[in-house]
Amino acid sequence: MLIPCPVCGPRDSREFTCKGHAVTLARPQADAPPEAWDAYLHLRDNPAGPTRELWHHNAGCTAWLVVERNTVTHAVTGARLAGEVAAR
Amino acid sequence: MRIDTNWRGDPAERIVFTFNGQPIEGYRGDTVAAALLAKGIRLVGRSFKYHRPRGIFTAGSEEPNALVTIGSGADQMPNVRATLQEIHDGLEVRSQNHIGPLQRDLLAVNDLLHPFLGAGFYYKTFMWPRSFWERVYEPVIRRAAGLGALSHDHGGARSEKAFAHCDVLVIGAGITGIMAAYVAARAGADVLLVDENMSLHNRHRHFDDPIRDAQGITHFSPEDFAFFYLNALQAMPNVRIMTRTTVTGIYDGGSYGALERTGLHLSPDAHPDLPRETFWRIRARQTVLATGALERPIAFPNNDRPGIMMLSAFMRYVDGFGVLCGRTPSFFVTNDDAHRVIAGLIARPEIAQAIRRCTVIDPRPEARAQGDYRLIAGAEVIDTRGRHGLREITVRQGGSQQRIETDLLALSGGWNPTLHLTCHLGARPVWNAEAAMFVPAQDAVPGLHPAGACNGTLSTGGCLRDGHTTALRAIAVLGLADPGVPVPQAGEEAGNGVALWQVQAKGRAWLDLANDVTTKDVAQSAQEGFASVEHMKRYTTQGMAPDQGKSSNIGALAILADATGRSISATGTTTYRPPFVPLTMGALGAGGEGHGFAPERKMTSHAATVARGAPMIEAGLWYRPSYFPAPGETTWQQACDREVRMVRQSVGVVDVSSLGKIDIQGPDAGAFLDFVYTNTFSTLPVGRVRYGLMLREDGHVMDDGTTARLGPDHYVMTTTTAAAGQVMAHLELVAQGLRPDLDVRVISVTEQWAQMSVAGPLARSLLNGILDTPLDTAGFPFMACGAVRVHGIEARLFRVSFSGEQAFEVAVPARFGDALYRDLVARAEALGGGAYGLEALNVLRLEKGFLTHAEMHGRVTAYDLGLQGMMSPKKDYIGKPAAARPGLLEPGRERLVGLKPVDQGGILTAGARLFTKGDPHTRPHDQGYVTSVGSSATLGHMIGLGFLRHGPERMGEAITLVDHLRGIQTPCEVCAPVFFDQDGGRARG
Amino acid sequence: MAELIAKSPAHGLVPVETAGARLTEAPLAPIWSIAPLRGKTEAVSDALEQGHGLPFPAPGTLHAFQGVRIAWSGLDQAFLMGASPAPELSRDAALSDQSDGWAHMILEGSAARAVLARLVPIDLAPAACPPGSARRTLLGHMHTLILHPGGDRFELLVFRSMAETAVHEVARAMTAVAARAAIGD
Repeated sequence: MLIPCPVCGPRDSREFTCKGHAVTLARPQADAPPEAWDAYLHLRDNPAGPTRELWHHNAGCTAWLVVERNTVTHAVTGARLAGEVAAR
Repeated sequence: MRIDTNWRGDPAERIVFTFNGQPIEGYRGDTVAAALLAKGIRLVGRSFKYHRPRGIFTAGSEEPNALVTIGSGADQMPNVRATLQEIHDGLEVRSQNHIGPLQRDLLAVNDLLHPFLGAGFYYKTFMWPRSFWERVYEPVIRRAAGLGALSHDHGGARSEKAFAHCDVLVIGAGITGIMAAYVAARAGADVLLVDENMSLHNRHRHFDDPIRDAQGITHFSPEDFAFFYLNALQAMPNVRIMTRTTVTGIYDGGSYGALERTGLHLSPDAHPDLPRETFWRIRARQTVLATGALERPIAFPNNDRPGIMMLSAFMRYVDGFGVLCGRTPSFFVTNDDAHRVIAGLIARPEIAQAIRRCTVIDPRPEARAQGDYRLIAGAEVIDTRGRHGLREITVRQGGSQQRIETDLLALSGGWNPTLHLTCHLGARPVWNAEAAMFVPAQDAVPGLHPAGACNGTLSTGGCLRDGHTTALRAIAVLGLADPGVPVPQAGEEAGNGVALWQVQAKGRAWLDLANDVTTKDVAQSAQEGFASVEHMKRYTTQGMAPDQGKSSNIGALAILADATGRSISATGTTTYRPPFVPLTMGALGAGGEGHGFAPERKMTSHAATVARGAPMIEAGLWYRPSYFPAPGETTWQQACDREVRMVRQSVGVVDVSSLGKIDIQGPDAGAFLDFVYTNTFSTLPVGRVRYGLMLREDGHVMDDGTTARLGPDHYVMTTTTAAAGQVMAHLELVAQGLRPDLDVRVISVTEQWAQMSVAGPLARSLLNGILDTPLDTAGFPFMACGAVRVHGIEARLFRVSFSGEQAFEVAVPARFGDALYRDLVARAEALGGGAYGLEALNVLRLEKGFLTHAEMHGRVTAYDLGLQGMMSPKKDYIGKPAAARPGLLEPGRERLVGLKPVDQGGILTAGARLFTKGDPHTRPHDQGYVTSVGSSATLGHMIGLGFLRHGPERMGEAITLVDHLRGIQTPCEVCAPVFFDQDGGRARG
Repeated sequence: MAELIAKSPAHGLVPVETAGARLTEAPLAPIWSIAPLRGKTEAVSDALEQGHGLPFPAPGTLHAFQGVRIAWSGLDQAFLMGASPAPELSRDAALSDQSDGWAHMILEGSAARAVLARLVPIDLAPAACPPGSARRTLLGHMHTLILHPGGDRFELLVFRSMAETAVHEVARAMTAVAARAAIGD
């Protein structure tokens, strides 16, 4: 699998580790209701199709990326810096 | 027989190898199969199940029969296809799967028992008694039914792995692939042309089908065409050609796996450093698949004898090796292509001279002879004879039968496109009813373009056009311009035959030669309800041998379709998965043995430590000393006890460089630390160190460590050795993705600093011997840090303690680590102390109740550890909301306690369970568990840490420690997890 | 007063030489990481120009001026090599001394690319990795920074503690490549 790192260009997935769904970037407020925290920590969709995941280019530039890929075709359709996604 | 020893254009080099101990002479470039056939050796092995005599069936990697073992000792390699393995001087080849000599295999009795050994025989027969399967039946069956064996000798580092990159990968160097590679290369693409065969110059003669250039002026034979274009390709700097290389798998994103037989054609003794095989990982932006097609066999009774082979193989032995496999050949063919090939062959003078008689059997009544051979049209082969090799065939024409003496029967039932690779990402091939073949699905693999025979195009002209067109398609994607290479012209004739899956006649007709599956087995499978092709495969084992059914899959499913009354397209194929050819574990795991298994991280003190005889233990990837044996000590425990006493009484030195060190800088560094730690660091004064606790967002403990403030905007964090990588990635995620509002930069400095801990009552006096400016207690109190000079070198000093003693960690640039360690240990020894290892370090920390990842094992909270006081109520931090969940703050949780034996000599073990005194030692009564134990030299008994329900409320209670595994029961007293110097006065002293 | 002797990371492990490739260790020299604070990349680049005649490098690039080099080394981060950073850099960038953190080896020779193709998953051909490139990637299982100043020279930086493994892996690849060359492949 090839991940298009916005910093390094396309790189083999062996240089990355996956942390799971990109929802991790949407941390609720500390005082959000327990349901919001439960959803943030535990509830994940299991889509057959497009999904957004957090990948760490730990053997490369060390950037955290939001990678868009399709769980059915395995096609990777895009990757952005987590910092840019989070700052929006 | 060898009809031509000079077919490669230069005098051939003679090679001697052995087959079952018998010396055989061949020529360099021969495969084992070619060399054996040249000597008239037809019997090369025994079949998997019935131990039938078997010969060479094909000339390629699809070979189902001729599996042999080569080499011996560490170089022994079983299940090597004789059709691919090249001979070299000294090569040892042995046949497989027989007891006694190959000619008189004792297990040939299985063939007589065949009425009982059909599909499903094992499942139905060896059902009872159940326990016999593993102990009796399976070992016996495995011995009888089988393949070659490994030698069990260590192979050493004899294979390699490598990466390759290209714009256009062309798989297969037939005329299609050559055409495609040429067009892509002329367009300026980086081209990688790979082919399974050893040489590309001898496989294009099957049809003497002239190729004309675009103007129709110059005529080439296909062989000359290939020669001309290959020479042109070889001269281009942007082309790389890899021979002896089979693409084994297609993976996501244009990744391909390929196996190169790098050194298997040469003597391992003569080339000790040459890799035997290379497993390539290829990254291609575009790919042209030109893998051709495999000729389709025909099932008829006793079609498995040595001397029966595919027509394409027969031709390859003639054209590629100058070997004629029979002098009275017969041919059983279903298509006009085969007739053209045979006619062309016998028209060659050297062949005409060598052949005494030539018979062609064709089931089509309308078939016409195209050359000087005897044609029996509208006929079928219905039986064969010859115990160790074909002697005679029986041909049925209409109502009459005749026997024909023959020493070779070549089969041509049409072609099956070699489309396996197109299925590796999940696509299914599509049945083309008109051509009676499966062809690749559209866009089966992104960026891969099938061309030529593997795409169902069989004519020479069509293949050239296909190669040309697909190359243009590939280079257009790459944004390269059409180089304007004209398309050569050639014959458009192809195929024109019928599909004949099986001959209806009495007797066993083989489909899968490799796994001994017959047409009857497939029909029986359908009859017993295993009608899906995937069920049939597993019930009969058809296609499950090392050849993966390359010559039998399509025939088997056609017969299954017939038996179940479905169409072939409704029946479908099984799933083709990587690898396309068998891969050795040695190639897949190349480089991973011994020191290549994982990086070995060594501290700067490593050499000095090893020189002192310390056994090293792995801590993650790091190597750390376990203990330092002293003269007279016979056990590690003695050394450990001595080292513990040494630290408590004088001074000890240990290298702590493996702990993670992370530089954290920026105006928001303090706020950042406040967010990742449960406690507050923005208030830490410059020049001070604080212990910090880090949670995961789910409220459980991730790691702990000390963080020092070196300047207003500069902190350095330490992590545990094991969690250093995880914490670094976590901090990067927080900095980049969770708190982009904070202006902070993090970078690992673990490797920059060699950091030595000096601990014990004499620590300060030792340090004062090396510091340019000596310390006093007031100037450098407990948890202070600062810049110092050590022997004139700029260094950092941290007054932290993991032993409970007065202790300092001194950090110098790593280049000085070796020298500093030696100096510190020498000075410690002069003071009555010395080096200590992890065993002593563990006991020292246990005596103080300090935590490691034995306690912070991923399922505990700060509350469980008794560290709820470190959870700041004043700020948000990672893990805070989740840690506040009611269930995580229950007093009844398993919480940290100390454990000591009621009897001084009681044994504590890590992993043991805890039970209330008097309760049964069963799971429902479980009260907790032990995480760490040690024998405290200071206290004279064992001590432990563990987690106990309601732990802190049970101080002084007598409980029972039970280690079911080791059969240990020890009455213990629950105590505070600090066993020694509870008020911490020693560390502050 | 005793003196602490400096020891380089690959001390005693190199040189390794095979037909077409030579592995040596670069002399110990300053390496400082420079990570501009938020919004300060331009200011840092100016300060670098002032102090060292070098720009803050774009991702994947390596620059040299009068014996001092600057290599991109990761997200928003570069390594200044051969000099300690000019004092004004500390105003707008996080600076960390990395001089001792890396085993810095040099692989050169006509076979260098073939050797690295055994260990490095990225394309190091001139088109993909031109002179003046810096790449963060893998060397076997190890994280690495590869510098390619030009020609057949590649500089390999791995964590200091992994120097022995790095030399083992590279030497093994060198041997295999040389054996291939010896049979005319």
